[in-house]
Amino acid sequence: MNTINDGLKSVLGWVDARFPLTSNWKSHVSEYYAPKNFNFWYFFGSLAMLVLVIQIVTGILLVMHFKPDATLNASGVPIAFASVEYIMRDVPWGWLVRYMHSTGASAFFVVIYLHMFRGFLYGSYRKPRELVWIFGMLIFLCLMAEAFFGYLLPWGQMSYWGAQVIVNLFSAIPVIGPDLSLWIRGDYVVGDATLNRFFAFHVIAVPLVLLGLVSAHLLALHEVGSNNPDGIEIKKKKDANGIPLDGIAFHPYYTVKDIVGCVVFLAVFSIVLFFMPEGGGYFLEYNNFFPADPLQTPPHIAPVWYFTPYYSILRAVTYPLFGIDAKFWGVAAMGASTMILLLLPWLDRSPVKSIRYRGPITKWMLSLFIIGFFILGFLGTKPPSYEFFGMIPGAPIAQVFSLYYFLFFLTMPVWSSLDRCKPEPDRVTSK
Amino acid sequence: MKKSLILVLSFLSFLSFLLVPTFAFANAELHLDKAPDRSGDNAALQRGAKTFVNYCLNCHSASYMRYNRLSDIGLSDGQIKDNLLFTADKVGEPMKVALQRADGRVFFGAAPPDLTVIARARGSESGSGADWLYTYLRSFYRDSERPTGWNNTVFPNVGMPHVFWELQGDQVLSEHHALELTSPGKLSAPEYDAMVGDLVGYLNYMGEPGAEARKRLGVFVLLGLFLLFILTYALKREYWKDVH
Repeated sequence: MNTINDGLKSVLGWVDARFPLTSNWKSHVSEYYAPKNFNFWYFFGSLAMLVLVIQIVTGILLVMHFKPDATLNASGVPIAFASVEYIMRDVPWGWLVRYMHSTGASAFFVVIYLHMFRGFLYGSYRKPRELVWIFGMLIFLCLMAEAFFGYLLPWGQMSYWGAQVIVNLFSAIPVIGPDLSLWIRGDYVVGDATLNRFFAFHVIAVPLVLLGLVSAHLLALHEVGSNNPDGIEIKKKKDANGIPLDGIAFHPYYTVKDIVGCVVFLAVFSIVLFFMPEGGGYFLEYNNFFPADPLQTPPHIAPVWYFTPYYSILRAVTYPLFGIDAKFWGVAAMGASTMILLLLPWLDRSPVKSIRYRGPITKWMLSLFIIGFFILGFLGTKPPSYEFFGMIPGAPIAQVFSLYYFLFFLTMPVWSSLDRCKPEPDRVTSK
Repeated sequence: MKKSLILVLSFLSFLSFLLVPTFAFANAELHLDKAPDRSGDNAALQRGAKTFVNYCLNCHSASYMRYNRLSDIGLSDGQIKDNLLFTADKVGEPMKVALQRADGRVFFGAAPPDLTVIARARGSESGSGADWLYTYLRSFYRDSERPTGWNNTVFPNVGMPHVFWELQGDQVLSEHHALELTSPGKLSAPEYDAMVGDLVGYLNYMGEPGAEARKRLGVFVLLGLFLLFILTYALKREYWKDVH
């Protein structure tokens, strides 16, 4: 036994003399001190990594069998669409891999939205974590691009017309718009050229950027240390060895805790995957089981649920301004609605970080923001003519909440500094 | 903690609000009858497969479905060969048709679509894909203005004629927009509904032949995860003993 240990030690010593293996393991895992009071909301960072791994592994397996080809086979079905059904039926365990990937796409956004909401709750974007937040937001933008490109690949009706609608949005940009959307599509309509380039973006370009950003997100986090539900800095109180008094080593404490979180997540994931893989038409849209048909526009084109809040904001703008089409301002509003999140660290002027010590104004504003976000998301899945209970028109409600979405951020410097806050504790509290 | 719990609860209530598609939807005209559930009923699914092969598979392909996949519903290779194999030579072949797509376009105005996943595609807020098919196949009526002489209340101006008219008989659309049987066919109304129910059950099965196996596997996966939860939770408790 001793000789084996000695052998391993000498191998490790050999590696460490040439590569910072042990020092990195220590600084990022075994001697990375995280606050001991993480609660439920702190599972979603590690869960996002788990879903990323699921998507990459299942994605690699899918690429082995998927064919990005829009031409029709002898039965008149586009080859790309037929190859997805081939994966579902003829590839051993193909159905499982495909459902993991399609369920994983929705799960990714569930996890990321909850992860972002955690940031809102406890002020995780505040100084000194501005770059952690910005890298995170860039990951979110990449993820939206990744989902958009990936959704075209099964080449169903919703894939096709969703891409057609979104790419056409770029044509609303004055002067360069029409040429820009032509350049993106590679054709005058979404076609084989579009499918092939979206495939390249989905499996190579965006994942590469995504992995780089995830590394940057983690490096930035480990440089400044994690925030916690009390929103206070544990590094201010250290023991004689320089270890934060309220910190515990990430490994083994949070590794064993996050494994429990992963198991619970996988159980929820499995319930969807095995018993309701279509997610009631929200995760796999019904219409997407019709192969793409460029000659037949579906009566109602809705993006997948995770885009619908932004889609609602896009549709909420109906007035032309400065002689430019309303569509352009809708696109601009949609772009601004995601970009404004990047400014969050500088918009929040509250003296405290955590919702626990913030006053009623913040709680009301944030609750209304979340409710509005859900209502925007719901209305985005419906046609603009939708009426709640068949009598309350949805369109003006979407406009009100779109306006509130921006007001929430733009007036934040005022209301966040006005709010009556409670004093923060010196040390973290465990609840 | 209490506050965040309230937030979580309000989240969940909104989520359920999102996922419950039963709210009054603009398309109230489309009322669908509930299709009978034939999942797991192999005798019914086999009858449905026979109807599908005899009536549908002349024009409509099911090109992702291999004949020998019917072993799922209890048919042996020999039974498939003797009873169902008309347009293919080997049981491993997919269900294709001899009708050329260009000819279909000339005959019906549109090439008959592939039906493999039709039951998944026809789902909507009004009902499942099976409900749509079940209602559609019972809603053909005589219409002298259509080239085929047939129209449909679920799929207005459909290109397909009423393939089962000999079985169901003739229906007409009354002034009150209701379907009335004017001359009965070979089957009584309940018999016809049962036959369509079997066929729709088969189409539903064909949309995802592995669905039943998927649900069975899911139970074991959840059991395994439950055991893993107990183990990992005990591990976490053990490590966290010294955190105060």
